[in-house]
Amino acid sequence: MSTPEQTATQNIATYNFAYLDEQTKRMIRRAILKGIAIPGYQVPFASREMPMPYGWGTGGVQVTAAIIGPDDVLKVIDQGADDTTNAVSIRNFFRKVAGVETTTETAKATIMQTRHRIPELPLTEGQTLVYQVPIPEPLRFLEPRETETRMMHALEEYGLMHVKLYEDIAKHGHIATTYAYPVKIEGRYVMDPSPTPKFDNPKMHMSPALQLFGAGREKRIYAIPPFTDVVSLDFEDHPFEVQKFDRPCALCGAEQVYLDEVILDDRGGRMFVCSDTDHCESRRVDGHVGELGAKEAAE
Amino acid sequence: MTDEPLLRVSSLSKAYGSRVGCEDVSFELWPGEVLAVVGESGSGKTTLLNCISTRLAPTSGRVSYRMREGAFRDLYRMSEAERRFLMRTDWGFVHQNPADGLRMAVSAGANVGERLMAVGDRHYGKIRETAVDWLARVEIGEDRVDDEPRAFSGGMRQRLQIARNLVTGPRLVFMDEPTGGLDVSVQARLLDLLRGLVNDLGLAAIVVTHDLAVARLLSHRMIVMKDGQVVETGLTDRVLDDPRAPYTQLLVSSILQV
Repeated sequence: MSTPEQTATQNIATYNFAYLDEQTKRMIRRAILKGIAIPGYQVPFASREMPMPYGWGTGGVQVTAAIIGPDDVLKVIDQGADDTTNAVSIRNFFRKVAGVETTTETAKATIMQTRHRIPELPLTEGQTLVYQVPIPEPLRFLEPRETETRMMHALEEYGLMHVKLYEDIAKHGHIATTYAYPVKIEGRYVMDPSPTPKFDNPKMHMSPALQLFGAGREKRIYAIPPFTDVVSLDFEDHPFEVQKFDRPCALCGAEQVYLDEVILDDRGGRMFVCSDTDHCESRRVDGHVGELGAKEAAE
Repeated sequence: MTDEPLLRVSSLSKAYGSRVGCEDVSFELWPGEVLAVVGESGSGKTTLLNCISTRLAPTSGRVSYRMREGAFRDLYRMSEAERRFLMRTDWGFVHQNPADGLRMAVSAGANVGERLMAVGDRHYGKIRETAVDWLARVEIGEDRVDDEPRAFSGGMRQRLQIARNLVTGPRLVFMDEPTGGLDVSVQARLLDLLRGLVNDLGLAAIVVTHDLAVARLLSHRMIVMKDGQVVETGLTDRVLDDPRAPYTQLLVSSILQV
């Protein structure tokens, strides 16, 4: 139990909490609520200038700032890694402006801001995944007019999306789109899942976690509420497939995970390691060892 | 069966401010009939075509269309969704400039397949088969199915545009100067092709043209326009061989003889 005085101090501490002013957060929260109410629909919002350039995750940072509270635990990943520049600086930013606890462990985090990846560890109820989105409009490269794409969304005219997939098959013999692979949400809106590899598309389907998408430059927010139907578009005779890797992670031996290629030397040496660094580390702590991991340990 | 028209246009007018686009145009179009709209540039032919095909809202008047189930619907009282659905299934629109009607950055096959995918076809093999079949019908070889229209000649682009429009089996096709900008031998082949397709498929068509020879070859009936007004209507042969309105007489006598 806290005394009224303590509550008052806490309230003051949470006023203008996390960088954005209260009016801005209110505006963004409204957009988020609307996005959740209409899964996959792009809600326009008055995106603010953030202390970082467009393309570095200004949309994601604004969404995170609008939903984060003092009790939240934040994880930030960039390409699946917790230790890349952008992930580290956004994590430090929120530690500074919100004073929240940060983590690299997927299981501990309540809010995860991401670019490109969905963690390998299945997300749970109560967690929120915030995506940084560069181009929210899935029809953009097929139809340059914003007025027209909005009309197409409104009237559910999505034939054009299949024209793109048709072109892929005609040119490459298979659907060659590997990231930003279009999905249909709850049988209604076609959505661009931001530049995540299509490997992660199935994880969006019926996910118990809330997924929020923020595009700062394009000023759009959209959302997939928990337990929502997410279907990757495809053809009957060319069904949707995820990437397959012919070897396990070189460090932790994990299979059926998304791998990054790492160049080791200038003589063609390379290894394939988990793109999700937290997943790889926790597996190694548990004693799983890959082909190169064993050598590393021996040295 | 064809005792009812397909399209009814009544007192259609379009004003651009104080300037007249077209004024008080009324006609009916029967299934399988080809109607030519002729006149000099600026006579309101294209305005009329755009007003009928719902690409441009008229100032006054009505356009009603007999839907497949047989009921007449006022085009401007339909919802936008219904209108757009009608446009990409039951209608076709052939632009004068093929670049306006084609997606120049996607392959010929995808151009033809787009309408099929828009109405829900989701089988790549079948879509491609239909596309190849239609390309053959407009005399484009199977080996060009994966080429972009950018790599096509003007005549091929125009034929591709026609295939793209006809793939869903429309009942009504609008054509705006379909032979404009093509040289005479290509024009002749295109006209031949169009005449064949219109006959085989029983299409109704409204063809806007300033070329009376095109009207003679393709159309059954024609409307002559001047300054936004209809000056004469009638069977094509009658109008061309026995023009009554002074303006039509002028128009017919202006044809260059070779």
